[in-house]
Amino acid sequence: MNNQITFTVNGTKHTIDPVAGETLSTLLRERLRLTGTKIGCEEAECGACTVLVDGEPMMSCVYPAERADGKNITTIEGLAQRVHEEMKLHPLQEAFVEQGAVQCGFCIPGQIMTAYALLKRNPNPNSDDIRFALKDTLCRCAGYPSIENAILAAAQALRTGEPVQKPTHIPDSIHDHKTVGHSHLRPEAVQKVTGEAIYTDDLTFDGMLFAKAKRAMIPHGFLTKLDVSKAKALPGVVAVLTADDIPGEHNHGLVIYDWPVMVGIGERIRYVGDAVAIVAAETQDIAEQASALIEAEFDLQPVITNPVQARQEDVPQIHEKGNLLKHIKVRKGDMDAGFAKADIVFEHTFHTPTTDHAFIEPECSIAVPVDSRMEIYVGSQIPYQDKTQVARALGWDESRVRIVGQLMGGGFGGKEDIMGQIHVALLANVTQRPVKLLFDRHESLLVHPKRHATQIRVKMGAMKNGRLVAVDTELYGDTGAYASLGEKVMTRATTHAAGPYDVENVRADCYAMYTNNPPAGAFRGFGVTQSAFAVESMMDMLAEKLNIDRIELRRMNALHVGSITNTGQELKESVGLMECIDRVSSTMCQVSGLSQEDLFKPRVTSDAAHLIQSWGFAAAYKNTGLGGGAPDISGADVELYEDGTFQVRSSAAELGQGLVTVMRLIVSEEMAVAPEKVRVLVMDTDLTPNGGPTTASRQTFVTGNASRYAAKTLRDEITATMAEKYDIRPEQIRFADGVVHVNGHSMTWVEIYKEMKAAGQNPLVRYEYEAPKTKPLGAGGDMHFAFSFGVQAAEVEVNKLTGEVRVLKVISANDVGMAVNPLGLQGQIEGGVMMGLGNCLTEEFIVENGNVVTDHLARYRVPGIMLTPEITSIVVEHPVEAGPYGAKGVGEVCSIPTTPAITNAIYNAVGVRIDKTPVDQELIANELWKREGNK
Amino acid sequence: MNLWQEYKRPASVTEAIQALTSAPGPVMPIAGGTDLLLDLKQGRHSPVHTLIDLTFVPEMSLLELRGGELFIGAAVPVNRVALDPLVGQHAQALTEAANLIAGPQVRNTATLGGNVAHALPAADGTIALTALNAQAEVASPTGTRRMPFTSLFLGPGKSAIDKTKEIIVGFYIPIKTSKFSKNSEVPRTASCFKRIMRPQGVALPILNCAVWLERESEIVIDIHIAVGPGSSIPFRATEAEAALRGQFLNEETINRTLEFLLGQAQFRTSARRASADYRKHIVGGLFKDVLDTAWARAS
Repeated sequence: MNNQITFTVNGTKHTIDPVAGETLSTLLRERLRLTGTKIGCEEAECGACTVLVDGEPMMSCVYPAERADGKNITTIEGLAQRVHEEMKLHPLQEAFVEQGAVQCGFCIPGQIMTAYALLKRNPNPNSDDIRFALKDTLCRCAGYPSIENAILAAAQALRTGEPVQKPTHIPDSIHDHKTVGHSHLRPEAVQKVTGEAIYTDDLTFDGMLFAKAKRAMIPHGFLTKLDVSKAKALPGVVAVLTADDIPGEHNHGLVIYDWPVMVGIGERIRYVGDAVAIVAAETQDIAEQASALIEAEFDLQPVITNPVQARQEDVPQIHEKGNLLKHIKVRKGDMDAGFAKADIVFEHTFHTPTTDHAFIEPECSIAVPVDSRMEIYVGSQIPYQDKTQVARALGWDESRVRIVGQLMGGGFGGKEDIMGQIHVALLANVTQRPVKLLFDRHESLLVHPKRHATQIRVKMGAMKNGRLVAVDTELYGDTGAYASLGEKVMTRATTHAAGPYDVENVRADCYAMYTNNPPAGAFRGFGVTQSAFAVESMMDMLAEKLNIDRIELRRMNALHVGSITNTGQELKESVGLMECIDRVSSTMCQVSGLSQEDLFKPRVTSDAAHLIQSWGFAAAYKNTGLGGGAPDISGADVELYEDGTFQVRSSAAELGQGLVTVMRLIVSEEMAVAPEKVRVLVMDTDLTPNGGPTTASRQTFVTGNASRYAAKTLRDEITATMAEKYDIRPEQIRFADGVVHVNGHSMTWVEIYKEMKAAGQNPLVRYEYEAPKTKPLGAGGDMHFAFSFGVQAAEVEVNKLTGEVRVLKVISANDVGMAVNPLGLQGQIEGGVMMGLGNCLTEEFIVENGNVVTDHLARYRVPGIMLTPEITSIVVEHPVEAGPYGAKGVGEVCSIPTTPAITNAIYNAVGVRIDKTPVDQELIANELWKREGNK
Repeated sequence: MNLWQEYKRPASVTEAIQALTSAPGPVMPIAGGTDLLLDLKQGRHSPVHTLIDLTFVPEMSLLELRGGELFIGAAVPVNRVALDPLVGQHAQALTEAANLIAGPQVRNTATLGGNVAHALPAADGTIALTALNAQAEVASPTGTRRMPFTSLFLGPGKSAIDKTKEIIVGFYIPIKTSKFSKNSEVPRTASCFKRIMRPQGVALPILNCAVWLERESEIVIDIHIAVGPGSSIPFRATEAEAALRGQFLNEETINRTLEFLLGQAQFRTSARRASADYRKHIVGGLFKDVLDTAWARAS
């Protein structure tokens, strides 16, 4: 072994013995416990692990620790300075907080360290300098515009010594309230910029073991033999478990229990990610070695590679009930009559690929046995379902399982299913020691459910004037090996398939099919991303065929108050689609300086004649909440504490979207106290009531309402108690300005607490909110209690020689009912555009014959800052009566119209219709090349 | 699993060669390691026992003028190459290529030595060095020798360097000194590098191109053209160069040059990146763009 190495970290000198194979990131995180440096991919792709070595930013995940000898290292923990008892943030950290650049926070240490190195070198960077420096520091929440603004603001503060500028471009809500509707900072943002924020992998427990799952790595077959003896014999291995060792139920699942915790001998392997055994060992390295020593043999079966094939006769059936997960039907009006009446009928088929959430934080679960119970530390979008599913597998009563939800480095729908939760629980139960299972990026890409690949055929009938009269859609959805949320996702794809339009006759048939591909489940947009691409392309095609302005065509058919949706629901309020259309339309003219009619024409603006620009336009809608007859319930506690502060609690998940801030602001509004007086606790099944799944853009609505009504009820209880005690009318008690006015006297919240206690009242209210009831698909009536609407326009530049596409500008208008926190909303909308842009241009999860090709981040590209267009966000607020202050969901709708807006723009620029995503520049070039040849 | 068992940090080329030949094997030299460590981790490279870190060898981290040549140590981080004014002055194509390799963090550790030793036919740094007609200094147990740049490559991913006993110490880029011609105009040299990417999949260029040329008035005195991936090793379009050498530069001569380039280059189809036809179709635009830029720079 080499000699000791000596290096400095954040000014402190360390001399240590090197460990074979150790990278700098592991040294920092595990030996020095500096967990602010994050690991997102361990393949030098994402930049989350960026630290400074002698002042230069480096990816610490591919930096051999021994190379650090003699070097000076700065990590995120080294930026803030302790001034007296207070941490004084570096201006960059402060600017990231103030500008709303922090969402899930997982990439933020890497962003800040990279930016820190930039500002050292260049104190006055422009936008290009920032983009160049941050090129490979990925943010999947995609707060790139805010990140750029934060760096500019920090640079200015550092140059001038003046305070960091706050954002000036984000308007308040039009709905007037004291706290909600105004921009506020996230309560957890400071921890996220200092590296103090703890994510699951940052936790360690005494005696903790490390787990690794043995994956089948074949797409389809029967497990015929499994030999774990060599793995068990490896020194340092503490337990190796197989399907036989599962004490409880063998399958898990969110809707259908069809996903084996481990596949047993004689049982069917349905995709490469199926687990056949799990190992717990003293170190990660030993666990991995042991997993590699497990020998499995299979009787290979023919592979079902796509949903169309899966539905053919005489193909192997992957599940007992067959390959069809669900045939989903939407029926409205009379299709024959509709098409007979139409002046024009045409059809086209579209394809969308599987895509991956690529949250920067890979999945991690830790199980800790405590007395006769099991505690699971995990970043999960549905803590209470984790609890149920873990208990089922253990064969335990649910009360013995506690989920302690951790901060999540992004979810986007990809952290709803069970990943490692059950595996660690089984291992911890057997070993009676804490067990951690951290996926590496490879395993994350292989195993977790993705966005459904689809084939969508749309047949559209319209009158000459553009009025739609019939839309018939046939969808195939690839739900992969297991159901996950496939049925729900494809239902949403189907019900939304005719777009946000009022159409008399609608039919849609969707076949959600099992295949031997990785499972598909929830992913921001929930099926509507796919069907919106198809129908919005069709709308532009129709406009061209009829020679009608594409915006007029959408106006003419747009859903409005009084419309009946395709599932038979009358829209009674909150349909801001027309305003979205109008405002995007006028904003396009403003930002481009073009007249309405020139927007969609091809334009050459530089001296390079091969660069063609044009705009594209698309609209969408998306339900808020579960709908379809599922009870949509969330519980929240609001409690007043002795020190006069409040806590609001729910198991709803914070995955970066900003729910914690929303809950805080709502309670602050209701109790008329400063937001800082309200603490928020989420995702702990022992301490917080069930908030339901964090999915379907529902949490602001349901948990927002639960928090609001809990606070209101607490207020009422206080009012009643004080009215009785002081013998006054309830109207003589007012809550305002951080105090309670009781008959002319103002009382502090500390005093109120005492009064309540003295009256024998516990100042704690639990409120279970149930959203307005909905009806199942096919039953007519209200399938959803609210819809959000979104319209986007994209300006692209297409290189006629190479087919390359650049998105220059995006305008995004979203009807969100009411903007609870405009600052958080801005980040979410910009991130939605970027995720849509990735869906359109860069992302394709490739599976060949059941084997995953895109099994590393290097092969699955998510958009970086260099691809970020100029994004203009327009917030439209048509309130929903039942929503908190009128609010409805926004998380998904802001990402849906981006893809068709871009592909429509490509068509407008060069006349090539993209009917398969992601956009293939070679196809564009070939198409143009062919046409040139034909001239 | 541990990516290595032992890690050596030799302080000279001699020590490095000694470590390479005597340390417990399998042995691999490591410079930036941004490719090697991932190849090891992802099973694309057979396991190694000992890594020999070349970044502690001072000689290999030098970047300096040596006589009529620019020397760039093989362990100089790509970002230093990108920022160095000497490189900008004498080898602008390399500056441009270096600025496009990976992202800033990777550029701070990745090296030209690694870029070349990886032997990909379209690596940005490699294509720039090809057009700049670089030479490599290679050290082995029997001493050091100079190798012409393209002789470093045997095929895609196959280097002519025997990594069990040889290392690339650095690269020499010839600097053409100005000489006055009859009409007393200064012949000027310049270079340029550009590439075409696609936004999906691996971050390897679909096509890249570097041109170095010497210009006198409207005449191409000399030219080197490199295109990746134009063959199984970094490709010099020698026939195209010959067609343009000594000619006036105009549309006709450029088009003829392009024909020679297309005739000599062997474009292939890379799954999920680009078809051979697409490469053939777009190479003309890229080549003309690079040539125009270099030509303008030499005026």
